[in-house]
Amino acid sequence: MTFFIIFIVIVVVIGFFFVSIYNSLVGLRNRVKNAWSQIDVQLKRRHDLIPNLIETVKGYMTHERQVMENITKYRSQAMDAGTVGEKAAAEGLLSGALGQLRVQVENYPDLKANQNFLALQEELTSTENKISFARQAYNDQVLFFNNKIQMFPSNIVAGMFSFKEEEFFEIEDQTEKAVPKVSFS
Amino acid sequence: MMWELIQANRRKSIFIFIGMGLLLILIGFTFGSFYSPENGGFLGIFFALMLWGILSMVSYFAGSKILLAVSGAKEVTKDVHPQLYNVVEEMRIAANLPHQPKIYIIAEAAPNAFATGIKPENSAIAVTAGLLGTLNRDELQGVVAHEMSHIINRDVLVMTFAGMMLGAITLMAEVFTRSLWFGGGSRYKSKSSDKGGQAQIIIIVLAIALAILGPIMAQLLYFAISRKREYLADASAVRLTRYPDGLASALEKISGSHLDLKTANKVTAPMYIINPLKKKGMQLSNVTSTHPPITERINILRSMTQGVNYANYQNAFNTVKGKTSGLIPQSGLTDSSKIGLRSSEFLQPTLESNKQVKRDVGDLMMKLNNFLFINCTCGIKIKVPPDFKNNSITCPKCGRIHNISH
Repeated sequence: MTFFIIFIVIVVVIGFFFVSIYNSLVGLRNRVKNAWSQIDVQLKRRHDLIPNLIETVKGYMTHERQVMENITKYRSQAMDAGTVGEKAAAEGLLSGALGQLRVQVENYPDLKANQNFLALQEELTSTENKISFARQAYNDQVLFFNNKIQMFPSNIVAGMFSFKEEEFFEIEDQTEKAVPKVSFS
Repeated sequence: MMWELIQANRRKSIFIFIGMGLLLILIGFTFGSFYSPENGGFLGIFFALMLWGILSMVSYFAGSKILLAVSGAKEVTKDVHPQLYNVVEEMRIAANLPHQPKIYIIAEAAPNAFATGIKPENSAIAVTAGLLGTLNRDELQGVVAHEMSHIINRDVLVMTFAGMMLGAITLMAEVFTRSLWFGGGSRYKSKSSDKGGQAQIIIIVLAIALAILGPIMAQLLYFAISRKREYLADASAVRLTRYPDGLASALEKISGSHLDLKTANKVTAPMYIINPLKKKGMQLSNVTSTHPPITERINILRSMTQGVNYANYQNAFNTVKGKTSGLIPQSGLTDSSKIGLRSSEFLQPTLESNKQVKRDVGDLMMKLNNFLFINCTCGIKIKVPPDFKNNSITCPKCGRIHNISH
């Protein structure tokens, strides 16, 4: 009889242990999903900002047609992109084109003094930051989640309920990977 | 990673916390015994804990509001200062917090900032107008990240309970010494004749010693918690922004300012990013300071050239301090994620003139006082005072007419 009670207690304790691990895994997976959706929100926000930017800049930058056409082109490419890979590639090109625009703005003092443009530029800078911070937070979450899946004892539960490792969101834009340029001018 | 760090953090602070608690109980017992040697000791403990409990309850539920009200902070929306709002949102995203802290601006010229809120859900970040005027975007980001770290690391919770323990101890010592002047001791003397005197003499000496030393000891313990948490918040801030130089140069600028924050006081001082009360000797590395010496914090940040995770901060900390101390718990150091440094956001450092800074701060003060700002398409900024009656205004430069919605 006592043997039976001990057996029941052990089973219950192990059961609780399993349930708590399972719950924490689900919670972590949701955090990963949430972090991913943050990236999406910011990418969409950037797409929404671009028409405004082009509208404001157009009147001033008469010589930079090419840059603006590129921005519009990459934007629609990014919006039409189906797979994650395509999306990442198009967003990378878009980031590059926007960076070019920012360099050329330096040649237009009138534009730089325009309050509308300054407000837009702040929004754009912030959105770019948010994209990269969201990516950073997502990768953090993925790392934590993947660690949990691989480590004992949570790997047993993960295996039973087929929790799969998530993929990291790698940087597509080559300029971001490059060593920061140092100039002594 | 963050969660494990918070846990480990709590365990570390809990020792100092228990130390303060024991001190509180000891003081309660001694003072109680002093007044009534038979059973006063336990009554004293009861009173001491009650006092702490009440103070903690009040500050738990209303502390945030009180602090914000005392410092004269005003809640703002995005259009008052879009950059500040954006930077806070960026840091919220980097920290993967579900709730955005409320944003407050203090209409003061001295640059400083603080965070409050027991739980992340109802937290707030307050910065002064002077801070917004002096710092560039990267620096502001560093400061906001530091404040955000206080929120994530649950520093406000720990500091509230520890602070109230300090308050309870100080209050009791104060009341005790006052009562001593007004004849509390004489009542005791009349009783001492019949009972064995030796134990009671010890109680007298202990009570007086505690009345003098208790508050000082409690303060030292409180400051020890506070300093540790400042370093930790710096480490977390760097991990969030990936840009240690931003916070470093922000700290340089803030400490370079000679303005005093009028709305700060001794109790609220540990809440700020750097000590708002610039007393002589506060820069020294001593046990009576709420904040670590600012030059040391800057040096640590400046020597982080390898990466920005917690292990990198610990290494830089050890190099600068010249000793190995476990600032960051082991679980934080095993965080293997290699995060590279980020380059500055600005293509070239724009040295804003003093005049521009003053104008920006002036604009901000106007916005806080309900001025309406209209950006005209011609590039000019029109500032409409709150008592302007007309429904439309003409741009003085290009003549466009703007509607004003009151």
